[in-house]
Amino acid sequence: MTTREFKTVGTAVRRVDADDKLSGRAQFTGDLQVPGMAFCKLVTSPLPHARITRVDASRARALPGVYAVLTAAELVNMETHYGSDKKDRPVIAMNKVRFQGEPVAAVAAVDLATAEAAVELVEVEYEELPTVTGIDEALAEAGEPVHDSNFCHEYGYEWGDVDAAFRECDRIFEDTFEFPMVYHYAMEPHTCIASYEPDRIRLWTSAQHPFLVQAEIARLFGRQLDQVQVVVPFVGGGYGSKSYTKIEPLVTALSREAGRPVRLALSVDEAMRTVRRHAARGTIRTGVMNDGTIVARECTGYVDTGGYTDNGVRVTERFGDRMPGPYSLANVRVKTYGLFTNSTPAGSYRSIGGPQAIWVCESQIDVIAHELGIDPFEFRVKNIVSQGEEVRRGKRPLEGDMEFALRKVADEFGWDSWTPGPTPPGVKRGIGFACGVTNSGASPTSTSIVRLHADGSATIYMGSAEMGQGSRSVMAQIAAEEMRIPYEKVRVVASDTSAVPWDRSTGSSRSTTLMGLAIHDAAVDVRTQVLDLAAEHFEAFPEEIEAEDGRASFKGETITFSQLVRNMFGGSGGELIGRGYVTSKHASGKLRQDPVFWEVSIGAAEVEVDTATGEVRLLRYYSISDPGKAINPKQVEGQDEGAAMQAIGHTLFEEMLYEDGQLLNPNLVDYRVPVFTDLPDEFETVLIESGNGPGPYGAKGVGEGGIVCVAPAVANAVFNATGVRISTLPLTPERVWRALHDAGKAVD
Amino acid sequence: MPEAQAAMAVEFELNGAPVEATVEPQTPLIDMLRERFGLTGTKRSCDVQVCGACTVLLDGAPVSSCTVPAFEARGRAVLTVEGFAADEGSSPLIEAFVNNAAFQCGFCTPGMLLAAKSLLDADPAPSEDAIKDYMRGNVCRCTGYKKIVEAVHEAAEASR
Repeated sequence: MTTREFKTVGTAVRRVDADDKLSGRAQFTGDLQVPGMAFCKLVTSPLPHARITRVDASRARALPGVYAVLTAAELVNMETHYGSDKKDRPVIAMNKVRFQGEPVAAVAAVDLATAEAAVELVEVEYEELPTVTGIDEALAEAGEPVHDSNFCHEYGYEWGDVDAAFRECDRIFEDTFEFPMVYHYAMEPHTCIASYEPDRIRLWTSAQHPFLVQAEIARLFGRQLDQVQVVVPFVGGGYGSKSYTKIEPLVTALSREAGRPVRLALSVDEAMRTVRRHAARGTIRTGVMNDGTIVARECTGYVDTGGYTDNGVRVTERFGDRMPGPYSLANVRVKTYGLFTNSTPAGSYRSIGGPQAIWVCESQIDVIAHELGIDPFEFRVKNIVSQGEEVRRGKRPLEGDMEFALRKVADEFGWDSWTPGPTPPGVKRGIGFACGVTNSGASPTSTSIVRLHADGSATIYMGSAEMGQGSRSVMAQIAAEEMRIPYEKVRVVASDTSAVPWDRSTGSSRSTTLMGLAIHDAAVDVRTQVLDLAAEHFEAFPEEIEAEDGRASFKGETITFSQLVRNMFGGSGGELIGRGYVTSKHASGKLRQDPVFWEVSIGAAEVEVDTATGEVRLLRYYSISDPGKAINPKQVEGQDEGAAMQAIGHTLFEEMLYEDGQLLNPNLVDYRVPVFTDLPDEFETVLIESGNGPGPYGAKGVGEGGIVCVAPAVANAVFNATGVRISTLPLTPERVWRALHDAGKAVD
Repeated sequence: MPEAQAAMAVEFELNGAPVEATVEPQTPLIDMLRERFGLTGTKRSCDVQVCGACTVLLDGAPVSSCTVPAFEARGRAVLTVEGFAADEGSSPLIEAFVNNAAFQCGFCTPGMLLAAKSLLDADPAPSEDAIKDYMRGNVCRCTGYKKIVEAVHEAAEASR
C-alpha cells in the first residue's frame, strides 16, 4: 500500500445501519408484508424415528380459510431432496421421519389461527422404529439405521511415522473428552416468505448465504438462476444457524401448492428442531519426551450430526483438522467420523468443529503439563507452531506469530504473578489457559460492483448478509477509502440476488477478507477511471493526479469527481461503474492455498469454585483477536466478546438434552443462555494487528476465534483450583460437585 | 375454526397519542402493536418472557409484550421503540449505543433500549452491578453484553 494515511479505515465509524436499528425501523424478514400472503404452520413428527404409514390431509384442506396442505405426495415435478454436501434432506418428510419435530405436513391458511386449527386436522400414522440417541448408540448400529447406515462421513490424514514415534517417546497419554449438543439461539428464529410465480420464484428469508439458497431453489424447482430472487433483509443473528438452505424449500413448495406467497416464521421450539451444533467426542493419544517435547498425536473423533447431514461433512473434517492443536508436530494421525442419530440435524455454528476440537486438544495439553510437572503455559510455548510453519502438512503456513500472541495474553492477564489470594472457606480459585488456530475463510470467491454517481456519492453492491457483524459498514469504509470519498457518501445495497453480484456465503469469518477484497478492487477500478478522467482534464498523467475527499487535483487546480463524471457524459447525469472479482487466482494466486487464513484463538481464565455447591464462577476472561488490520476496531472487539460470551454458555450450562430421541428442553426457560449477570468481572479482548492477512490492508477474519478457547481455559482453571479434571461439558454445579465428591474434594 | 371470543375495545395512549383498537381477549400486546398499529420495532422471539426482545414500557415499566394481553393496555400509556426514538430525550442513550458498539444484529436492541431507559428513569446513576441486575431480563446473543453495560453507563454520565 502507499504511505497515504487512512481516512476511515481503522476508525470506529457510525455503523451504516445504526439509525435503522436504533429506531425500530430496521426490517427483518418477519416485519415484511407481501400482498396476499398466507400463513404457514407445520405438522411435525412427535416421534424421533418412524415410518410414515399414512398421511391424510383431507379434513384440513376442507377447513374454510385453508389454501393448501403440503405433504410428501405433493413433491412432484421437482427435485425432492436438498443439502449442501449430501442431498439427503427431503423438502418435507418422505416415507420416514428421522427426528422429533421433523415437518411431515405444512398448512397455508388465511391467518395463523386457521393454520393452527388445520394442523390439528391432519392425520398422520406412524410405525415406530427403535431410536438412535447419541454417539454410542449410533456406533452400536443396533436396530434400523437412521439412513442406509449411521455413518455420515469419514475423514482422516496422517504424516510422519506415528507408530515409531509412539514406540520411541518417553510417555504416552490417552484421554477422552465430550462436548454437548448446543443451540445457537439466534434471537430471530428462521423466517421465510416464498412466492412461487409462473415465471419466477421470489424469497425473502433470514439466510446467511443468499446465493446458495438461490442455487438450491433453482435446482429443486427446475428454474434458471435469473428466475429465482432471494432477498435477505436484516438477519436477527446467524452464528451459522442460517447457513446453507433451511426452511426455504418447504415454504416454496407450499407456495406452489397454495398459488400465493406463504410466510413461515418458526418458534424457538421449532428452530431448536431445525439446526444445532454437533455434539462431539474426541480421544487423543499424545507421545511426549520427559523434557516436554510433544513427538506425536493421534486423534480420533466422532461428531453427532443428527437426522440429516446438513453441514456434517465439513464439521467432521474441521473437527479433525483442528483437533491436533496449534503445535509443531512431526507425527500426526487423525480419524474423524460423522454419525447420524435421531435428533435435530446439526449444521454450522460459529467455528465449525472448532470449540469441540480445541476442548479436547487443550484439556489434554493441561493433563500432560500437570503430569510432567511443567507450567501449562510454558508447556504450550515450548511446543507452539512457529510463524511460517505448516500447521497442517500441505496447507497454508501459519501467517501469525503464536508465541508472541501467547506471551501477550499471558502478560496482560498476569499469568506469572497470579496468586489465589484469600478465599472464603470451601471456595477455591484457579487459572487456566488454552489456545488454538482454526482454518477459516471458506471458499475464496466473491464479486462486487461499485457505482460512483454523478453527484459524487456512491452505491456499493455486495452479497454478504448483514447479521450483526457489521459487514455493511466495513465494506462502506473500504469503498470510501479506495474511491477517496467520504464514508458518509457511501450507500450499501446487500444480499438481494437480483440486484447484487454473486458471493459464495457469509460465514467462516470470510466477509471482511474476501468480500472486502472484491469491494476494494471495485473501488480501485472506479478510482482508476476517475484518475484517467482527471488526467485527461488536466492534460497530465494519471500518476500525477492527487485524489482525496471526492476531488482530483493537479498543480494547485482542483475538480470534483462529480464534475468529472458529468463532463464525461456531457450533461447532468452519468456514473462510473467498478467491478471486483475475487477467485483463487486473485493477486497472483495468494488465495489459492487452503485455508484462506488461520484464525488465532487464545483464552486465559480465572475461576472460583464453590466446593460445597459445585458452582463455577468465571471471574476474569482474556481473549485475543488478530484481525490483521482492524478496519473497525470496536466491531472487532464486539465480535470477539460476543463469541466468548456464547462460549461461556456451552462451558457452564448450555446443553440440549435428549432422552429416547425426545428433546427435553426445547425452550429458553429450560435451555438457559448467558445473560448480563454471567458477564465476568473482567472480560477483555487483547487486540493485536499483525498486518499479515490476505484481505485488504493485511486484514483477515475474526468472529470465530473468541468462541474456541473458553471451555478448555475454564476447565483447566477449575483443575488448577481443585485438582479435579472434568472431561464433559457443560460444567454445571451438579457435574462439578459430583466430580469433586468422587475425588473426595467436595465440602459435604 | 377456533371459537370466536368476544372482541373488546381498548383505548390507551400509544407513544404519546390517544388510540383505540378492537382486540380479542387472548390477543397479546405484541400482536396488537405489530399487526394493528404496524409498529414492527417490537420483536418476537422466545414467547416465554425470558429474552426481552418484545419489551415495551407500560406506564414506564418494562413488560414482555408477548405474554401481556393487549387489553391490559386499557387506560394506560404504552411506549415502543418507535416512540422512544422519536423523542429528543432518547438521544444520549441512542448515541451511547452507537459509540460503544452496543448493538450488532439489532434484534434485541429495541427491547434493550427500552429496558435501559426504564432503568435510567428510575436510577440516573446506576452502578455496573445495578445495570447487570436490571437488564438481566434482556438477552443479547451478539455483543457479549459488555458494550451494552458501557453504553448505559455512558448515557447515564451524558444525561447528568
